[in-house]
Amino acid sequence: MALTGLDIFKLLPKTNCKKCGMPTCLAFAMQLAQKKAKLEDCPCVSDEATETLAAAAEPPMRSVKFGTGDSEVQLGQETVMFRHEEKFYSPTIIAVTLSDKLAGDDLKKRIDDINSLKFERIGLHIQANAVAIINESGSDDSFANAAAAVNDSSDLAIILCSDSPSAMAAAVAKTAAAVPLIASASADNADDMAKIAKENNCPIVAKADSIEALAELTEKIKAQGVNDIVLNLDGKALQELLFSLSQLRVLSLKKVFRPLGFPTMSFVTDTDTDAQVTSATSLICKYSGIVVIDTTDHAAVLTMLTVIMNVYSDPQKPIQVDPKVYAIGEPNENSPVIFTTNFSLTYYTVESDVESSRVPAYIIVVDTEGTSVLTAYSGDKLNEKVVADAIAKYGVEDMVKHRKLIIPGYVAVMSGKLEEATGWEILVGPRESSMLPKYLQEVWK
Amino acid sequence: MPIPDLAESFVGAVNKVTLGATKEQGGTRTSTITVGGAKNVVYAGSPGDAGEKPVIAMDVLDVKPEDWPDILAEPYGDVLDNPAQWAKKCIDEFGADLICLKFEGIHPDTQDKDAEHAENVTKQILEAVGVPLILWGCGNNEKDNLVMPKVSEAAKGENCLVGTVEEDNYKALTAIALADGHHLITAAPLDINIAKQVNILTSDMGFPLEKIVTFQSTGALGYGIEYAYSIQERQRLAALSGDKMMAMPMICDVGFEAWRAKEAKTVDAPEWGAAQDRGPIWEATTAVCLLQAGADIIRMRHPRAVKAVKNFINQIWK
Repeated sequence: MALTGLDIFKLLPKTNCKKCGMPTCLAFAMQLAQKKAKLEDCPCVSDEATETLAAAAEPPMRSVKFGTGDSEVQLGQETVMFRHEEKFYSPTIIAVTLSDKLAGDDLKKRIDDINSLKFERIGLHIQANAVAIINESGSDDSFANAAAAVNDSSDLAIILCSDSPSAMAAAVAKTAAAVPLIASASADNADDMAKIAKENNCPIVAKADSIEALAELTEKIKAQGVNDIVLNLDGKALQELLFSLSQLRVLSLKKVFRPLGFPTMSFVTDTDTDAQVTSATSLICKYSGIVVIDTTDHAAVLTMLTVIMNVYSDPQKPIQVDPKVYAIGEPNENSPVIFTTNFSLTYYTVESDVESSRVPAYIIVVDTEGTSVLTAYSGDKLNEKVVADAIAKYGVEDMVKHRKLIIPGYVAVMSGKLEEATGWEILVGPRESSMLPKYLQEVWK
Repeated sequence: MPIPDLAESFVGAVNKVTLGATKEQGGTRTSTITVGGAKNVVYAGSPGDAGEKPVIAMDVLDVKPEDWPDILAEPYGDVLDNPAQWAKKCIDEFGADLICLKFEGIHPDTQDKDAEHAENVTKQILEAVGVPLILWGCGNNEKDNLVMPKVSEAAKGENCLVGTVEEDNYKALTAIALADGHHLITAAPLDINIAKQVNILTSDMGFPLEKIVTFQSTGALGYGIEYAYSIQERQRLAALSGDKMMAMPMICDVGFEAWRAKEAKTVDAPEWGAAQDRGPIWEATTAVCLLQAGADIIRMRHPRAVKAVKNFINQIWK
């Protein structure tokens, strides 16, 4: 929890020596509280004060990273309970299981299936980010071999799941450079597992069947010098798991209860694909930092990734596309010209409807700071000048021979002024983008 | 290790709303449905604070749907041009909790059907099924104001949920719903201030707040769901803080929105997985996502999606 200026003042030498550049220690404390000064500026500060202030500056939920390079993933550091308060910080990581019972072609196929879970949506790349290798075989060698195989033929981050310290040590030996997440330490093996994590500089999962037991376990792991911890509530049915995850979120963010100030990982245990999607959806929305799934069904995973994309989007800043002219299909000098705004949802809806019309067309995307047609128009971010400027700037007059511009039906009222400003004939298109195919096929002709 | 106490008490709660009137209550429904009643945010406090189980209203259209993708139409077989059979199938085979009769066919841009048609369909469905009904206009204000009062009258005493009323068009339907003993849906275009304003306007006409269900507008997964999601979360928080004008249960229109999504309806896109799975999964996920934000009644279309969402609901609300 953030300290007040007075809290900080109590920790300072109170000598008013002015070496920090401030007239008094109190003034310096106030500057510190507002993060306008650094503690290092005080040459006389005690070790105790340094420690206390550093601890207070820690985020309520720790940031944990695993994987390396492009495959590095990050979770934690969340600050709020609801996305309208502030953007959720770390998009949920989707991890897909891989049993170490698989070998040969089966193993290779599973890795390929997991690697293929990559998609493009509204111009963004989304994908499953991690492989959770499960020590189902009970054999140290099989586990280590599966881990090595994943490390060789996948660029995804690795989660090693075993309750056996010897299996874990064997698998970490083959993958340490890839910084796997060690899953898991439980009350029985915490010291051994923490030792492996410490020696290899890997983060670790703490696994227990209650919130109380988890809090004790993390203290035990921290005592071993491992601070990058992920929490896993084990063996809970979905209802209890979701209620517990909400409690954990409140404990870390609102109560700043340090033993539980860590992100979480949950396993989806349903066998049915539809149930995996619905369970994963609730875990994504309600505070699981990593969701481990079993399915590699593309429809299922695309759907989960879209949930993450939506729930973790910035509520203050809409996703935008670059304002410019987009060619859909292979338009020529006689093709229709449509304009819309650069709010990504608006643009991609229009793009998809133009695409499905099979009429090649140009879409002029005007810069409305990422707002939709009606919002932009009522905020004067969309007016005849903005559109005329875009036509000139992007050289639309050189792209087509005709001078006809299709405008969104909702801003039909712009027609007159727009015609004056551009010299183009204005055609009022449909209000709903979904009517565009019909419009382009029937009216444009 | 002792864990800090999280007990948090709110002054408000979501209203409980009971739809449908049985014979004893002056209607002909064989069962009623109660929604709402949550006393905390989703998954906070104890499961007992989660209120009544959310319910699924399956859509029945008054005319045969023209633009339904094959994958959506297929499970209905040959009942799509027979609203009564259609409704019966939703209840008997697909496990719907109630029926939402959507008057698509009265819209001037579709078939411009008249009030008599709408009354007839309403009566047929009341006869075919015993569950409570939602009666939902076509969205064209003029036409709805002509037809929906007749529909309301045709279902008088059945304690249906009728809608929708909006900021600039609420008087006609509010008055008749009040007279005919129905509940009312107040709608707003993803704007929490307008949502509250419509509730104030209808309550100024004497419509009881505890007989209102709000519709904040729904965005499908991938198509603006986050706006609906956050407004619903904010409505729940407002209800808990004691704002009587925002303490209503919420309804979402998931079926219609989800099946407009490119991912749901595009057949030829193997990189997105099999088409027959994609649509139902997209619809189910849209619904489950909105349940995380406190939805109480969900309008749905594909039976497989309904099954998946019911399965989810049954795990959480026991």
